Amino acid sequence: MSGLALNNVTKEFGTFTAVNNVELMVPHGTFVCMLGPSGCGKTTLLRMIAGLDLPTGGAIRLDGEDITHVPTHKRNLGMVFQSLALFPHLTVGENIAYPLRIRGVPKEDQKKRVDELLSMIHLSGYADRPVAKLSGGQRQRVAIARALSISPKLFLLDEPLSALDAKLREAMQVELRQLQQKLGITTIVVTHDQREAMTMADTVVVMKGGEIRQAASPIEIYRRPADTFVADFIGSTNLLEAEADGTGAVAVLGQPVSGVSLGAGVRKATLSIRPEDVHLTAPGNGALSGTVTFVRDLGGTIETFVDIAGRQLVAVSTPRARPDVTVGQPVGVVLLPDVCVVLAK
Amino acid sequence: MRREAPQKLSDYGPLFFPATMLIVFFVVPFATMIAVSFFQRQQGGFYVPAFQFANYERFLSLFFANVLGFSLMLAVTVAICCVVLAVPFTYLLTRMRRKVQIVWLVALLSVLSLSEVIIGFAWSTLFSRTAGITNLLVMAGIMSEAKALLPSFGAVLTGMVYQAFPYTVLVLYPALVRLDPTLTEAARTLGASPIKAFFTVVVPALRNTITATLIMVFIFALGSYLLPQLLGRPQHWTLSVLITDQAIYQSNMPFAAAMAVFLVLVTLGLVALTVLAGRKGEAA
Repeated sequence: MSGLALNNVTKEFGTFTAVNNVELMVPHGTFVCMLGPSGCGKTTLLRMIAGLDLPTGGAIRLDGEDITHVPTHKRNLGMVFQSLALFPHLTVGENIAYPLRIRGVPKEDQKKRVDELLSMIHLSGYADRPVAKLSGGQRQRVAIARALSISPKLFLLDEPLSALDAKLREAMQVELRQLQQKLGITTIVVTHDQREAMTMADTVVVMKGGEIRQAASPIEIYRRPADTFVADFIGSTNLLEAEADGTGAVAVLGQPVSGVSLGAGVRKATLSIRPEDVHLTAPGNGALSGTVTFVRDLGGTIETFVDIAGRQLVAVSTPRARPDVTVGQPVGVVLLPDVCVVLAK
Repeated sequence: MRREAPQKLSDYGPLFFPATMLIVFFVVPFATMIAVSFFQRQQGGFYVPAFQFANYERFLSLFFANVLGFSLMLAVTVAICCVVLAVPFTYLLTRMRRKVQIVWLVALLSVLSLSEVIIGFAWSTLFSRTAGITNLLVMAGIMSEAKALLPSFGAVLTGMVYQAFPYTVLVLYPALVRLDPTLTEAARTLGASPIKAFFTVVVPALRNTITATLIMVFIFALGSYLLPQLLGRPQHWTLSVLITDQAIYQSNMPFAAAMAVFLVLVTLGLVALTVLAGRKGEAA
């Protein structure tokens, strides 16, 4: 099958396991974001795909060929580093032409390809500038162009946008995604920014402690998180303890709710409900009863903090659907069954 | 950080001590030497104040030109050998674990504590027929019988490279430690083998450092006068040896001074040329 396959990939540093038995299939042409807190093994995994670190176990296959022990320079990949690693002694054009020069591509073809890439990254005419004279966003683009100049089989990026300011970062996310779709290149990005992952990825791989917790489309990850870590890490969520008594009746935070099922035989579980799915009504009528403790009006969204039996729950609404509440007021919280995700304890 | 230019005379205070030391121990002796180089020598080892170019004129002969040429060639060869050996060595050293690095650096520093005399006699023993390294080769069956490797040009070169190598490493070390290790990794992901990455990224990125190191080792080697005498034949003697000979054994201070001044001028000229060439290369 074409694409990248990781089979039981493991990396141990002494007694510490940085990456533990990772199984992942990246079909040709997809954009994968590896997401997780720092130290979750995502960068180590990327470095193993690039061949900069060797796995201590398992195999890496590219288009069916085992590349686990193929040296980095023979893997025909493009990689963008967090530090960008542009060569300071070369100009913009020479940086982009470096992979071509190393492969002995004729000078005229190099120049043609550099011009092509420069226009792709909107930096035509910058070929002769030293890299030190560029702005952060421009350097970013040059690093991307350099990694793409041989039309690699794999395009790897390690926290590529972390050095940019927030606005530029958002713009670059869109640009990167559009570029990837245009080129149809298999791309793997490591990031700790879940917004970045949601913006760009076909598949988000959430990692923690060297293991993949969930690998799915961004919306699936958001709507159907596999466990409490994923639910909490992607976006914000309300995690509520639920108990079933075995007869079908379910209690959330000690209060009975109707319509929610924890599944056959499950006595204890956690419900994840996104703030925008929390529906506030008048108390009673089978709703959870709580008290409004704080209202944060951000203009575009309104966050209402509700205290239910000592647990805090957040509801987000738009100004059009502004809940008619004030601090200290008792309020009812409706948990619609189709937006509640039941997560095993 | 912004620094203000010194305003009052007292702002120059901190410079007073180093400036005095520099004047007393460098400017004054050097000026004296320049003056002596124009003096007239008298029979019996003395000299009287004068202003004549005789000492310089005597120097303009084929013999001294050859010696000067050989000295410069030797110094350049030593500098190139040292840098060619030290750049890869220091690069690998900076990629090692911290503890290993410290052991190596301490070992190199201890070589620095050896005097030129000890280095010279140690190598002359190592290159000798009776106790030299050729005996080991004979034992290993590589050579049929032990032989003396000195006096020879190779012996002089080896001794001087050995002496200058620690300096070279210590000068290169800070620049190589600061070199971003992801640069080589980036080169590897872009298709360069580790060796190609070293020559297309590490060496060019360190061009200025390497030039500066070449100049330093060149000047260091130019002043060597003991090793060529201990390990070489008379045709391997450098200008520094002749200067010592004139100053100490022939008691001809004015002529020795003239040679020394000339050597300084030639050295400065060469360094200036190197710096200029480096600038031009950068502009291109």
